[in-house]
Amino acid sequence: MMKPILTCALCLAAAPAMANRVFVTNEKGNDVTVLDSETLEVIGTYPAGNRPRGITISPDGSELYVCASDDDLVRVFDPQTMEETHTLPSGPDPELFVLHPSGNPLYIANEDDNLVTVVDTETHKVLAEIPVGVEPEGMGVSPDGKTVINTSETTNMAHFIDSESFEIYANVLVDSRPRFAEYNHDGSKLYVSSEIGGTVSVIDPASQQITHKIEFEIPGVLPEAIQPVGVRVTADGKKVFVALGPANRVAVVDGETDEVRDYLLVGQRVWQMGFTPDESMLFTTNGNSNDVSVIDVEAEKVIKSVQVGQQPWGVVVAPD
Amino acid sequence: MFKGIMTSMVGLVALTSPIVAQTAADPVLIPAAVLRVDREGLPPISRLDLPPDDLGFAGARLAIEDNDTTGRFMGQDFDATEVATTPDAAMADLDRLLSDGIAFVVVLADDQMTLDLADRAGDRALILNALARGDRLRGADCRLNTIHVAPSHAMMADGLTQFLMWKNWPRWFLIEGSHGVDTDFADALRRSAVKFGAKIVEERVYEDTGGARRTDSGHVQVQKQMPVFTQRAAEHDVVVAADETDVFAAYLPYQTWEPRPVAGSAGLVPRSWHPAMEAWGASQFQNRFEALANRPMREEDYQTWLALRLIGEAATRTGSGDVQTLKDFMLSQDFEVAGFKGQKLTMRDWDHQLRQPILLTTGQLMISVSPQEQYLHQTSQLDTLGTDRPETECEFETP
Repeated sequence: MMKPILTCALCLAAAPAMANRVFVTNEKGNDVTVLDSETLEVIGTYPAGNRPRGITISPDGSELYVCASDDDLVRVFDPQTMEETHTLPSGPDPELFVLHPSGNPLYIANEDDNLVTVVDTETHKVLAEIPVGVEPEGMGVSPDGKTVINTSETTNMAHFIDSESFEIYANVLVDSRPRFAEYNHDGSKLYVSSEIGGTVSVIDPASQQITHKIEFEIPGVLPEAIQPVGVRVTADGKKVFVALGPANRVAVVDGETDEVRDYLLVGQRVWQMGFTPDESMLFTTNGNSNDVSVIDVEAEKVIKSVQVGQQPWGVVVAPD
Repeated sequence: MFKGIMTSMVGLVALTSPIVAQTAADPVLIPAAVLRVDREGLPPISRLDLPPDDLGFAGARLAIEDNDTTGRFMGQDFDATEVATTPDAAMADLDRLLSDGIAFVVVLADDQMTLDLADRAGDRALILNALARGDRLRGADCRLNTIHVAPSHAMMADGLTQFLMWKNWPRWFLIEGSHGVDTDFADALRRSAVKFGAKIVEERVYEDTGGARRTDSGHVQVQKQMPVFTQRAAEHDVVVAADETDVFAAYLPYQTWEPRPVAGSAGLVPRSWHPAMEAWGASQFQNRFEALANRPMREEDYQTWLALRLIGEAATRTGSGDVQTLKDFMLSQDFEVAGFKGQKLTMRDWDHQLRQPILLTTGQLMISVSPQEQYLHQTSQLDTLGTDRPETECEFETP
C-alpha cells in the first residue's frame, strides 16, 4: 500500500497529507459512503446492512467494522473492495463499539439488553457479556487497553470495566443521557458527553472523580438544542472537539484548561467525528443535512461540506 | 425488585459527590405506590382502545426495573405497590397505603378524584398525577403536595395549535362534546386559539344522548349522521374536536361535510406518548416495554413510568432515600429528568407541572413534536406550551 512512501520522511514532510479513505455510515440509507481525504470526493457508496451506525477500523487498516443495528450483528468489510468478508455476533441492537488498542477484542454496547458484549475479532466468538446500566451506549478504551468505559443512557453513569476480568470496578454518575466516552492519548483525562444534560464531564481516570464539567453556551441557539454527542481529542491532548447535535456546531475546547474556545458551524444534527491519521482534518457526520463537514484542525475552520448518503451517523478514517 | 446477585456489586461503587457512601449490605428501600381509580363507563368507540388490565401498572414495572438497575450501583432498592380501585374505595385504599408508610403515590384518576386524594394525603405523601389533564388542578385548585407528570389540557391544546398555525390553518370549526371534561379541553383550545392567533369561525356541541356505544352495522348511520352534523359551517381550514369522553370525535375523519382534516380528539391527536415513537432512543424504550408487557405502550404507562423515574432520578442524584430530600430535589430548579423526548424535562415552580414536549400523532405515527421551532421563549421553549408563570392562577398554601 503506502509503505514505500512512508520510508521517505522528507518526501512526506514536503507533500500534502496522504490520501486516506474516509468511511461514513448512513443510518437511513443502509450504506457506507467512502470519501477520498485528499480530493474530498465521493469514491463510492456500498451496502452495509440494516441501520448502520457505529463504525471503526482495525489498527492495521485491514478490517472495517460496522454496527448493523437492525440486523443485530457487526458486519466486517474489506476496506479496499468494500466487500463483506464476515459478520461478528454482537448481541441485540449494537450501536457503538470500541476496539482494544491492539485490534482485539471488540467491545460492543447492546442498547436493548443492558449489556456490553466482548467479541474476539479473530475467532469471532463472544468472550463475555457484562451487565451494565440501562441503555448502554458510549464505549471508550484507555490508551493502555486496561480499562473499557461504557456509558448507560438511562442510568446516567460511566462504568469502568477491567478489560481482563470484565468486572466493573467503578461507576461515575454524570449528567443525563451520556452518549460517548473518549480518553486523551496519555490516559490522564476521560471525556464523557451528556446529550440531555448538555455537558461534557472531564473525569480523572485514576481517582474516577469528575474534575470539571464543560458547559456550552451559543448566542442565538436554544440551550435545549445543545446536545453533546461525539468527542475527539488530538494526540497532543491540546484540542478537544465536541459535536453538539441539533445545535449544528462543533465546540473546540482547550484540552489543558477545559475551556471552550470556539464554536464551528457545521451541518444539521452533528453526531460523530473522525480525524485523519495526521490529524490535519476532522470529519463530522451531519444527520439531518445528509452531509459531512470537513474541519481544518490547525486553523479550526470548516473548509468544506460533502454530500453523503441518507442520515450519516458514524465516521472513521483509514490509518496510513 | 432488588436482585440477589446484585448485592455483591454494591461494594464496588465509587461515586462522585453528592453521593453518600453506601457500603451497608442492605440497600436503602424507596417505596412508592400506583393508585389507579377505574370508573365504570361505556367501552371506547374503537375496540383497539379497550384498556388492558395492567394499564399504567406495566409502565410502573418498567420504571422499577430501570430504577433498580441504577439502584444496584447506588445501594438503592425501589418498589411500587399497584392498587386498582373504584371511586368508592379509593379513599380507603389511599389511607391504607399511607398507613403503610408510603410517601410517594402515583395517581391515575380523573380531575376531581385526583384533587380529593391529594387533599386526603395532605403532608403525608407526595401525589404524582399521571393522568388528569384539568387546567384547574394546575391553577385555582393547585396543591403543594402534587406534581403533575401528565401534561395539561392547555399544553395539549398549545402543542396542537402551534402546528396548525405552522400549517397555516388558522380557521377552525370547533366541535365539543357535552361532558364537563370535553368543555375543559374546548376551553383550553379556545384560549390557545387566542394565544397563537387562530380564529374559531364556528362552534357546535355534539350532545351525548346515551345508549350503547356501538351496534351491528352502526357505521351505516354514522356515515349519514356526521356529514349532516357538520354541514353549512362557516368557511374553515380544519375541524377541531374536543371529545375527551370518546363519544363522537373518532367518527369525524372522512365523514365531514367539507373535505377538511380533523384534529384534537381525533385525526391529528396531541399525546404525551405514542407506541410508534422512535426518535431520541425511544426504540429501545419501546422494546423494553413490549418485552415486559406484551403490548404497545400507552400514555398512561408512559406517564406512570415517568412519575416513578422522577423518584428514581431524584434518588440517584441526591444519593438519598429520605422522603423530604427527594421531594425537595424534585421540586427544585436543579431537577431534570430524561424522558425520551429529545430534551430534559424540568419542573415549573409556579404550579408543579413537569415541562415536556407534546407529540402530535395519528393512529399509526408521530407526525410532529411541539413546541414548533418558531415559537420562542425567554426561559424555556417548553413554556410556550401551557400556562406560563405570568398567567398562573395557582397560589400554593404553604403549611
